[in-house]
Amino acid sequence: MNAILNLASRLLPGLGRHDGVHAFNGGVHPPEHKNESSNVPISQLALPKMLVLPLRQHVGHMPKILVKVGDHVLKGQLLAEAEGTVSAAIHAPTSGTVTAIDEQIIPHPSGLPDGCITLTSDGLDTWAPFQPIAWQQGDKKTLVDSLRRSGIVGLGGATFPSHIKLRSNGQSNVHTLIINAAECEPYITCDDMLMRERADEIVAGIEIVKYLLGAETCLIGIEDNKPVAGTAMRAACQQGQAEVKVVPTLYPSGDARRLIQLLLDLEIPSDKRSTDLGVQVFNVATVLAIYRYFAFGEPSISRIVTVTGNVSRPQNFEVLFGTPLSDLIQAAGGALADTSHFIMGGPMMGFDLPSSQVPITKAANCIIAAKPDLFPAAPPAMPCIRCTRCADACPVNLQPQELYWFAKSDNFEKARDYNLFDCIECGCCSYVCPSTIPLVQYYRYAKSEIIATDKAQEAADLARERNEFRLARIEREKLERAQKHAERAVANKTEASAQANAAEVTPSARPSDSAVTDKQAAIAAAIARAKAQKLAGSPAAEPKATAPSKAESLSTPADKQALIAAAIERAKAAKLAAAQAGLAPKNTDNVSASVQAEINQTDAIREKARKLNELDSSEPDKG
Amino acid sequence: MNRSPYISDAPSVSTIMLKVLLALLPAIAAYTWVYGAGILMSIAIATSTALITEAALLKVRQRPIKPYLMDMSAVVTAWLLALALPALAPWWLVVVGTFFAIVIAKQLYGGLGYNPFNPAMVGYAVLLISFPLIMTKWPAPLSLAQQPLSWTEQLTFIFQQTLPAGMTVDAISSATPLDYLKTQLMLNKDVASISQSPIFGRFGGQGQEWVTAGYLLGGLYLLQQRIISWHLPTAFLLALTAISGAFYLADPSHFANPLFHVVSGASLLCAFFIITDPVSGPTTPKGKLYFAAGVGVLTYLIRVYGGYPDGVAFAVLIMNMCVPLIDALTQPRVFGHEK
Ligand code: SF4
Ligand code: SF4
Repeated sequence: MNAILNLASRLLPGLGRHDGVHAFNGGVHPPEHKNESSNVPISQLALPKMLVLPLRQHVGHMPKILVKVGDHVLKGQLLAEAEGTVSAAIHAPTSGTVTAIDEQIIPHPSGLPDGCITLTSDGLDTWAPFQPIAWQQGDKKTLVDSLRRSGIVGLGGATFPSHIKLRSNGQSNVHTLIINAAECEPYITCDDMLMRERADEIVAGIEIVKYLLGAETCLIGIEDNKPVAGTAMRAACQQGQAEVKVVPTLYPSGDARRLIQLLLDLEIPSDKRSTDLGVQVFNVATVLAIYRYFAFGEPSISRIVTVTGNVSRPQNFEVLFGTPLSDLIQAAGGALADTSHFIMGGPMMGFDLPSSQVPITKAANCIIAAKPDLFPAAPPAMPCIRCTRCADACPVNLQPQELYWFAKSDNFEKARDYNLFDCIECGCCSYVCPSTIPLVQYYRYAKSEIIATDKAQEAADLARERNEFRLARIEREKLERAQKHAERAVANKTEASAQANAAEVTPSARPSDSAVTDKQAAIAAAIARAKAQKLAGSPAAEPKATAPSKAESLSTPADKQALIAAAIERAKAAKLAAAQAGLAPKNTDNVSASVQAEINQTDAIREKARKLNELDSSEPDKG
Repeated sequence: MNRSPYISDAPSVSTIMLKVLLALLPAIAAYTWVYGAGILMSIAIATSTALITEAALLKVRQRPIKPYLMDMSAVVTAWLLALALPALAPWWLVVVGTFFAIVIAKQLYGGLGYNPFNPAMVGYAVLLISFPLIMTKWPAPLSLAQQPLSWTEQLTFIFQQTLPAGMTVDAISSATPLDYLKTQLMLNKDVASISQSPIFGRFGGQGQEWVTAGYLLGGLYLLQQRIISWHLPTAFLLALTAISGAFYLADPSHFANPLFHVVSGASLLCAFFIITDPVSGPTTPKGKLYFAAGVGVLTYLIRVYGGYPDGVAFAVLIMNMCVPLIDALTQPRVFGHEK
């Protein structure tokens, strides 16, 4: 019977379970472990003595540091401003003194150090003065631009700068705002608690974001394992600011594309962004931060963090960015004795923290104290038996067993053909694999290999292009030089013979100095001829100057001319090279068409190189 | 380091294989009831041969022996082969078949997960080609035998191929219904009169029907446990029904009805246990449908027009060959991609 039901449920996905909610392929339902941390209200953390603020807590460029060691700063003061398009500001989470600006270990899977500002708290927690921003009538562009100074990034974990997601260049076609409150990963309850306690502020934030995007409708997607939060949000939406939609508890419903599918039955094409189809997704905590920024002028300096797992008192805290993880663990009653390490994020997509000293950042939605019992090491992987449990579980409808096969055999081209880059690394496939193959790690590996190869290839192409261009330029310059010299030589020759002619004529006119002039003229003509020949590169015989010493002195001006010509040539080449290297300011006034074309080409190459470097800062639409 | 996910919820490969073995028990019980306990000896011989050859090959290939023996896949292969062979098959036949299945079809291709052909069916096909006579001679169900063999007499027959004094092989054997139907049709009899023979039961072969019911039961259990996907048995049975139904409707006197084909021979063993071997089968949902339907059609065609009474083994092997192609052509639409 069960089998028949299973069959029916497969044939008719989402059969009448949730009104108006659709379904995506696969997904898994791991044990939730949410109750541990969700029955205590959100607590405040004591002010830490020292805060370490990684400069890069977001996706994108490093912000520009505005303070120096020794500066005293106030709470909320801008420490580093967004630089470049995709970047986010960093603010002082409390008042105190900047005591270091250096590299420290940050909470990142790589475990590598990165630039950080260390702030020693003065214990006073003195706010910098802030003004609310009247958004109701404000010009949208100005408002969104002002968000650049807020430091707000996606707090669902994706940490994409929010002002970019709100930027519309005056032609926004976003009609639907989706609030991601699914919180589908096990253990994490920060959004749940936030909705229970601060639903009104969230809804106020929704109104602002709706206004900024020009969206008419807003749907809030909440998994059905958070009924209290759902009720709170419904109550806060009395005036119809948004509609709460309950989705089934099925990981990864909180993935933006999956959530859009669930709520709107809209499949965002893999090569498009949701905004192309008029949908934008924000995490609940992010809209709340936006509300606080406009309502009070408060920048992003704290977030809610779930501390759970192997700690005495699992719960949620409001934590200032930069707070050492150890402070947080202490506040949760400390980690139990058999704790092996800490995980940031959930058990499906989180990562091991390199130490318990790392600071809490904008991305830190959850900290899980791990112990071997809680997350036992997987038994050694067995061969893939092609059971396709992974494919059945893949929310992107990929064929994980094929991707694994290709990744394992370094057949990256094939992996790409089988849409490796559509993989969202959700881990559903590994979760259900009977052979306990670490599939996602293979995909991460294959992706990084492909990206590295692509970059190397592009760089090589670029180098080749540059080199071909350089060779062509050298060749062309050689030709040009030769031609110029030839022209000049012809000119010289004409001049010299003209002089000679004049000299020949002169004797009859001025017979007194005819002998001297005649001689001189003859010599000059001879030298000029010789020089012209030499310059033109013709293998003519050496000039048979009758008076070499005199000829030498006479030749000087012509020599100088040649030198000057060469110098000009050199300067031109240097300028060109400089323009090519992107060093010299472009002075395009006095250049010939061919040189202009060259410069344009150089610019194109440089632009390409720049784009290449920005390749990985493309926008994810999560949280 | 990023080594998420940290959690998993999957039956191990051994658990899956053990469940398959469990699912075979009803059929084995029925088999024992119908043909006597000789099958248990065949299963024992096949199992030990499989484990010994698997271990030996793993050693030669310098692979860890314990985890691979513990995965139980060799045992599943052994049981399936033993069940597919004629009851009371001589011991050496079982050994040779299992040897081919494990050594040639599985280990030489790289072991678990790498075999392109269904190992049990390779073993079966090798035996069918090499020893056609023995392979098509089934003992009569105990209920039909003039003089049923006792358990010890069955053992003696398995190991020494000798019968109690005064008994002939013909006395204990009979053609299978599929075989009988085929030979009788060649004698220009019509289906209706052929199926009057006592070897025919209510739907298929007398007694054999119960074994078939055992496979069905086990198959439903595997479906319920999500060990196998519904695509394979459904498409196989539908295709077999459709093609036999079409022939039957066209000429009922020369073609048996669909139900007979579904319950006869190895049809249900094939539907739930053979084509559901994940390693040698296709991986895409659509591919599974095509693959299983292909096996169903080929099985029928070989039964009716081929040289062998049952066509399951060759049908499966032929379709195994098509798996890479089927997989490549039936890739499902990835989320957010055009068809
Ligand atoms: S779940 Fe594991 S064993 Fe099964 S097909 Fe996928 S990768 Fe292979
Ligand atoms: S990690 Fe990638 S391949 Fe695996 S289930 Fe998620 S999206 Fe599919």
